[in-house]
Amino acid sequence: MTDQTANGPMLAADGTPLKQSLNRALRRQKLRAFLLIAPLLIFVLVTFIAPIGDMLFRSVQNDIVADTLPRTVAALSKWNAESGAPPEEPVYRALASDLLIAVAEKTHTQLGTRLNYEDSGFSSLLRGTGRDVDDMGEDVTKALVAIDPIWDEPTTWTNLLGEPAWVSAQADWDKAGGKTAEPPFVLSPVAQQNLPLTSAAFADFARVMQTVKNDSPTEKRPWNTVAIGLTEDLKANPAAAGAFGTEWQPALSAIVAAAQMGTIPAANFTAAFTESDKAWATPQPWSIIKIFSPRFTSGYFLNAVDLKMTADGIAPRADSERVYIMLFLRTMILSLAITGTCILLGYPVAWLLANLPPRTANLLMILVLLPFWTSLLVRTSAWKVLLQQQGVINDLLVWAGLVADENRLVLINNQTGTIIAMTHILLPFMILPLYSVMKTIPPSYLRAAKSLGATDWTAFWRVYFPQSIPGIGAGSILVFILAIGYYITPELVGGAKGVFISNRIAYHIGTSLNWGLAAALGSLLLIVVLVLYWVYDRIVGIDNVKLG
Amino acid sequence: MTLKSLLSATALAMLPLGAGAAFAEDLPPCDNCSDSMVLMSWGGAYQASQVAAYAEPYAKLTGVKITWDEGSNEAIAKMRAASEAGNMTYSLVDVEGPDSQRACDEGLAEEIDFDKVLAAAPDGTPASKDFGAAMINECFVPQIVFSTTFGYRTDVKEWNGKVPEDLCAIFDLQTFPGMRALEKRPKKNLEWALLCDGVSKDELYTVLSTKEGVDRALAKLDTIKDHVVWWSAGAETPQLLADGEVVMGSTYNGRLFSAIVEQKQPIAMLWDWEVFDFDGWVVPKGLDEAQKNRVMHFLNFATDTQRLADQAKYISYGPARASSQPLVSKHATLGIEMAPFMPTNPANQKNYLVNNIEWWADNQDAVEVAFQNWLSK
Amino acid sequence: MADGAMTNDAFVVFDRVQKSYDGVTLVVKDLNLSLPKGEFLTMLGPSGSGKTTCLMMLAGFETATHGEIRLNGRNINTVSPHKRGIGMVFQNYALFPHMTVAENLAFPLEVRKLDKSTRDQKVKRALDMVQMGAFAGRRPSQLSGGQQQRVALARALVFEPELVLMDEPLGALDKQLREHMQFEITRLAHELGITTVYVTHDQTEALTMSDRVAVFNDGRIQQLAPPSELYEAPVNSFVAQFIGENNRLMGTVTEMKDGICVVRLDSGDFIDAKPVNVSKVGDRTQVSIRPERVETNKARLSPGAHTLKAEVLEFIYMGDIFRTRLKVAGHDDFVIKTRNAPDQVRHQPGQTIEIGWLPEDCRALDAP
Repeated sequence: MTDQTANGPMLAADGTPLKQSLNRALRRQKLRAFLLIAPLLIFVLVTFIAPIGDMLFRSVQNDIVADTLPRTVAALSKWNAESGAPPEEPVYRALASDLLIAVAEKTHTQLGTRLNYEDSGFSSLLRGTGRDVDDMGEDVTKALVAIDPIWDEPTTWTNLLGEPAWVSAQADWDKAGGKTAEPPFVLSPVAQQNLPLTSAAFADFARVMQTVKNDSPTEKRPWNTVAIGLTEDLKANPAAAGAFGTEWQPALSAIVAAAQMGTIPAANFTAAFTESDKAWATPQPWSIIKIFSPRFTSGYFLNAVDLKMTADGIAPRADSERVYIMLFLRTMILSLAITGTCILLGYPVAWLLANLPPRTANLLMILVLLPFWTSLLVRTSAWKVLLQQQGVINDLLVWAGLVADENRLVLINNQTGTIIAMTHILLPFMILPLYSVMKTIPPSYLRAAKSLGATDWTAFWRVYFPQSIPGIGAGSILVFILAIGYYITPELVGGAKGVFISNRIAYHIGTSLNWGLAAALGSLLLIVVLVLYWVYDRIVGIDNVKLG
Repeated sequence: MTLKSLLSATALAMLPLGAGAAFAEDLPPCDNCSDSMVLMSWGGAYQASQVAAYAEPYAKLTGVKITWDEGSNEAIAKMRAASEAGNMTYSLVDVEGPDSQRACDEGLAEEIDFDKVLAAAPDGTPASKDFGAAMINECFVPQIVFSTTFGYRTDVKEWNGKVPEDLCAIFDLQTFPGMRALEKRPKKNLEWALLCDGVSKDELYTVLSTKEGVDRALAKLDTIKDHVVWWSAGAETPQLLADGEVVMGSTYNGRLFSAIVEQKQPIAMLWDWEVFDFDGWVVPKGLDEAQKNRVMHFLNFATDTQRLADQAKYISYGPARASSQPLVSKHATLGIEMAPFMPTNPANQKNYLVNNIEWWADNQDAVEVAFQNWLSK
Repeated sequence: MADGAMTNDAFVVFDRVQKSYDGVTLVVKDLNLSLPKGEFLTMLGPSGSGKTTCLMMLAGFETATHGEIRLNGRNINTVSPHKRGIGMVFQNYALFPHMTVAENLAFPLEVRKLDKSTRDQKVKRALDMVQMGAFAGRRPSQLSGGQQQRVALARALVFEPELVLMDEPLGALDKQLREHMQFEITRLAHELGITTVYVTHDQTEALTMSDRVAVFNDGRIQQLAPPSELYEAPVNSFVAQFIGENNRLMGTVTEMKDGICVVRLDSGDFIDAKPVNVSKVGDRTQVSIRPERVETNKARLSPGAHTLKAEVLEFIYMGDIFRTRLKVAGHDDFVIKTRNAPDQVRHQPGQTIEIGWLPEDCRALDAP
């Protein structure tokens, strides 16, 4: 029993507040309920929510530009795409430094593929330039070698720039034949202080040699960017020539002298890039890099609705590239058509099922469910055999004289094929909810209507049909949503014009490997389904959907 | 039915080996090697020829358990997914030349030291020389040369006794009415379209490199678009031909061989402007040491001169090694001379193209978008 | 209309009607029934006795296998249900769930193409008639069982049919509501002068509501009579057993005279009875005595009447009456009912008493 004090809360028998007591009692119940749903919850999280989250993330993720071209992206921040002019030399040099690493790591092709989605031709641009980038600035290296042949020796560079302890460790490693782990390159503090450009370029080179190529920096002459760096470092700070001791002084001083006399050519990456591909002399590729340098992008979503991002903002894609809106619409229209034919064909069958004696109904039900027991692929292939021009249906029509032999109907590899095959495959999803709803409509309603003076048709239309609408609703939602996401059947029987948006998603996942676009298309499809569901709820009311 | 022919071809290929069987003593020992492998290939008759010519013999000799995954259609996607998941589940992947380029470019495949890993020819020629031009990049271990060419039905009434003699019959709806089967890909179709639109072989890729060139090729294809059934698996064309659904169509020469020789269908081959291509192995990156050792050991065996020649007994594709060519003789079970059906036969090389892997690697993405958009309109 | 007798005495006629579903067994065997206009007839019987089938044949949802059903002198065998103009109330009301109460009522008027104002007027009148005027805008699911029942009734009446059929319409209601509705229905039927055929398996309902009751069993009408006659003078042991509570004793007729017979029970005792279905000495019979007609006070019996010894097994106090279970002539299910009056004896279990009855209260019926 509970007591109520004058104004205080209700108390339980033991004096604790009733609410608290109730909460404690309910908490155990809640915990138990939660434990019961936990397995499903975890399953759904892992198999459904997580992939959808991943998909949404991929559709906006765009790390590759910033990760592959960090220097270029930084250098481009000062450049204004609207100026109409290509950027200055430092940007070209930054791209050269980035590309040298990217080519070694083979990420420039991935980057090319990514940017090709936004501007077709970017892939070949980056590939072509990637092949040339190694030779850019070669004249500087050659000039150094001409001054002193030691600059052709890889070890000259490692000895000059490496920490002495590392130099000896690396020498031991080279001698051992590379059986153990390679000692990671360490810059000497002196080099870092006096030759900053050289050190930075060489550190990149050494890292790439060691980690990507599994090779020793002592085996290969460094990139031209290192030689360029050295020239510029010494030109800017001639005193650095003396910082490495007497042993290095002559060689370095010679470069200082040559640099001051101007016998070493200045590196010109602008020219080198332009020579590799004229496109680099235009602002176009640079603005693409700049636009898509953020780590998140709306590019995939824009692409999914036939738009693209340009320096001037969002713009429609070229006519030949516009396809997705059309495919979304086609998917909707065909799915609606399939839903419609499913209703037309399924309704009478469901009615028959619901009104036959149980024995016969069960037999018929097995026939309805039979398609579920054969594989989708087998059924679809069977449709191929049936529908093709030399197929069973055409043969029958020709035999019956309904169709002339030379005018056989084209029932497959077009939208007709998709509608026919998918109606067959999805029909059970319409019949089953209809059947279970019709089963709950007692025959007495029809009798009542007739006794009240209604003809058979009026009784059906005014009394029976309205009550079967929840079944139509449930069946339509099932069929429509399943249809909208189908791709195997349209792929096999739809030809070029009977394919759905899902076929393009599958294509981008399996063949073109444009997973970002696939994810964006998938997300849009999800959004479309949710919006349709919401509209449906507003119009029909989701309470009016019954599965039985 | 081609399905049946496919099955029978598989059954034939499953027959035990005849001559050329390897002996255990021929095999060098394999240190620190795993005892199982997952090979990805194309399924069907081709995979069956691999099983018969070297996978089964290798398994017999070493006791290694070989599992097959018929996923080569989407090999790069699968490798990329496995690589992103950090768990490379495939030991060795069978891909076409261009895909190998892509796998290599994207860093999905190991670079291979050919002369170290692969067996030399019997006369001592190092592998890299023996494979020659088939070595298209540093990741790709070639197995076969195949060509994509046309087959046509020999019993079409409407043709009034004429038969296609050159490639451009494809675009001639007047003389050769009927449906055609073409691959649902831009590659080869665009080249053929331009060749029949008056572009010479030398200018082909120069023209194709411009947007106008692609549009020109698509415009040519537009003239037959309503008469094309688009295929995505090589087995479809022989079936469509056999069913009479199409009167001519492109496919791999080996598929046509099955339909003509094994199935005795009223189909003939058109050797004009066929496109040569290579198919071979790539080793995915991310394998553990033991797996890698096993795979290299297997590669050495499976691509030696005899094994590649053996494979040609089961399927009409030419071996990629020069030293294997003279060993190709008769079909393992049918006993017919294979040479007339081989793309490597000089008589079949009146006009031909070699798949321009570099061009396609550079332009695939852009052209594919244009083609797919054209297709779905 | 030409034949006044026909419209009055034979508004609804079943003429040698038979019905079989499977072609092997007859569900309704040779049914002959005729009811005059304005009568309230109840078809009563256990389930499977054929009463609902008869109703459905009358409504037109089943066709007679043989025989003729006439309505107002016209053969309606082939008339489809919606043309018969018969109002019907269904067991579970069959109110259309997707329509409001008013729409449900307007439905029969709409299909008869009445104009809107007439419809509204009639709907309102019909709803007021069953005191449901305030619920016109509600859906059936928002109504209680009793309210739904009223609406169903109103809907069956709103198009003013001359004949209304009711198929166990009160089966789903609780006892109190049911009694109230029984009264309502009979009141309406009489006020409106409608001919009513009512099907039930509840004998109280049948007895309280009907002008006449047709007791069905095994596809036949066992007895067709007003309620009092049915209760007091059942013509066979089925009717006696089915209507009201009844004590049964088996025996053989040993003597017949002056409209009274003497029956020797199987236990050897002799009793007096009124011969109904026995014709000669030696016939097997089942005698039937209503519990309230058993006398425990010997003084009230005629002299010389046979009496029986009875052992009291159980005494149940039921408020208005006492119910005493006795062991009589070897049967331990013999029940007597006595009014709760100050002078009434309350028998104690274990007691032995003597019971008897007036011969006319004890009916010698056929032996089943």
